[in-house]
Amino acid sequence: MSKLQNTTKRDLLALGGCAVIYAIFQGLIGFGVIGPFWELNLILIGINIILAVSLNLITGFAGQFSIGHAGFMAIGAYLGAVATVKFQLPFIAAILVGAGAAGLLGFLIGLPTLRLSGDYLAIATLGLGEIIRISILNTPYLGGATGLMGIPRYTTFTWTFLAVIVTIFFIKNFVNSSHGRACISVRENEIAAEAMGIDTTKYKVMAFTIGAAFAGVAGALFSHYFYIAHPASFTFMKSFDILTMTVLGGLGSITGSITAAILLTFISAALASYPEWRMVVYSLMLIILMIYRPQGLFGNKELSLKLFGRLTGGKKRDVA
Amino acid sequence: MEAGSIAHQFVQQLINGVSLGSIYALIALGYTMIYGILKLINFAHGDIYMVGAYVGFFATSILKLSFFPALLMAMVVAAVVGMVIERVAYRPLRNSPKIAILITAIGVSLFLEYGGMLLVTPQPRTFPAVFAAELYNFGGIVINSQQIVILAISIALMIILTYVVQKTKAGKAMRAVSFDTDAAKLMGINVDQTISFTFAVGSGLAAAAGVLVGIYYNSIDPLMGIMPGLKAFIAAVLGGIGVIPGAMAGGIILGIIEAMVSGFISSTFRDAAAFGILIIILLFKPSGLMGKNVREKV
Repeated sequence: MSKLQNTTKRDLLALGGCAVIYAIFQGLIGFGVIGPFWELNLILIGINIILAVSLNLITGFAGQFSIGHAGFMAIGAYLGAVATVKFQLPFIAAILVGAGAAGLLGFLIGLPTLRLSGDYLAIATLGLGEIIRISILNTPYLGGATGLMGIPRYTTFTWTFLAVIVTIFFIKNFVNSSHGRACISVRENEIAAEAMGIDTTKYKVMAFTIGAAFAGVAGALFSHYFYIAHPASFTFMKSFDILTMTVLGGLGSITGSITAAILLTFISAALASYPEWRMVVYSLMLIILMIYRPQGLFGNKELSLKLFGRLTGGKKRDVA
Repeated sequence: MEAGSIAHQFVQQLINGVSLGSIYALIALGYTMIYGILKLINFAHGDIYMVGAYVGFFATSILKLSFFPALLMAMVVAAVVGMVIERVAYRPLRNSPKIAILITAIGVSLFLEYGGMLLVTPQPRTFPAVFAAELYNFGGIVINSQQIVILAISIALMIILTYVVQKTKAGKAMRAVSFDTDAAKLMGINVDQTISFTFAVGSGLAAAAGVLVGIYYNSIDPLMGIMPGLKAFIAAVLGGIGVIPGAMAGGIILGIIEAMVSGFISSTFRDAAAFGILIIILLFKPSGLMGKNVREKV
């Protein structure tokens, strides 16, 4: 009982912290301290956090390599845009449509492909992501190669922030639930998990579906910020980008994904004035970071106040 | 379309498909050898092919070399690049989690692409005509002399590769390392050297493919390696990744299927067809057409 109260208290504290962060940034935007360029990057950071955290659920917690995350993002971006442009639905409906469609597709794709493992699964998801993109490219209803234009700009910092918070809380609580534990056991040792009576396929598909649904949310936010959904935004390079953030932050660390998403978006923004050097520096950094820190910045540890306490000489405890 | 015209179109696409497929096969060989030996999907392999094409371009346009010296030079330079990449980026991660090496490979790939853009500008370049393109007409079926050259060189390189892998000591070491790295080490095989050699051979083949494509399509650019790289990878999976004859067969089959799809359906679905094949083969026979349970991999 006391443990439950403890958790609730910590959650409330975290929520309060989020509200403060939101107020600070919203204030800075309101007073014009953060100009349009950095506001754009703040929103991009938010979208990237959603993508990285949702992929972390699939790759980091359930242990299933996926390099097709941009495909689900594309589904969310396009179907969300269809909802607002062609059916004049409100933004929240667009987000839900995007999430639902991406989740459904994730479920349908996950069911057969998650029988594969390791590299083969990675290749299959890469192929599926590309198939989604090429199918969109050849659908005139969705604008084909020119992209779907005339999307209203509904995405604001508030929407993005809210979506990020919902994503993080949902995935964090999922990981800490019995379902999440089952997913982790699949990652650790699939055969042992099966022997303990865990329906491994069910949990793999569950993690995949949830991850895909949140990628759909990110897609809907993305297309409603940039007025346009274009097939070129969702190539496998985008999937690589997302995977990079997840791995760089540390597989199985939500705070790691958040940090890496912020870091990489910042670097990318800071190098925006040197376009020809941008990708060169980015790629070199990627190689160097991987060579010196192959387990990612945080490994599978979470950054928390408890960890800070430990670093400053507090009582030694296991950070789960 | 009447039956005669369809048959005619079919043979024409078959010829186009085989020449395109032999390019895929050359790139796929490198993928399959590196995967067989390191269990690494070397995403930078498509970019090595681009490096080869550029070396070939500069060798023919600036150094004024003729075709064969240029081809040889491209292969040698690419082999060195491949060995350097392995030494600098992959060797320190030999015992790291697989996903870390995968990310490094993606990093290397991006580095080659955008470093290449910085070095040689993003503008596409026109490959000099090394030999005159003659068209041979056999009862309405057109064969380009370049297609013949592509096929002849690909086959020659594949024969040489098969000889190296099957008959030489280095090839034997490659097969041993891919079969069981630890046991090979215990038998006194220098594993690092063998891996280096594998990268050199695979990169050389990719560079040859790059030069051939440059001659065939006349145009090269720093991002030219992305799609053929992926397609070649599909070809390697199709044939059974890690199996050398599989990569050759997979490349040719993929080339033919692509040519048929673009000839009879629509060229916009060409890429989708390739990825569709990938999914189907992964779902029904993940070990590939020629993969066996106990397979000989290099």
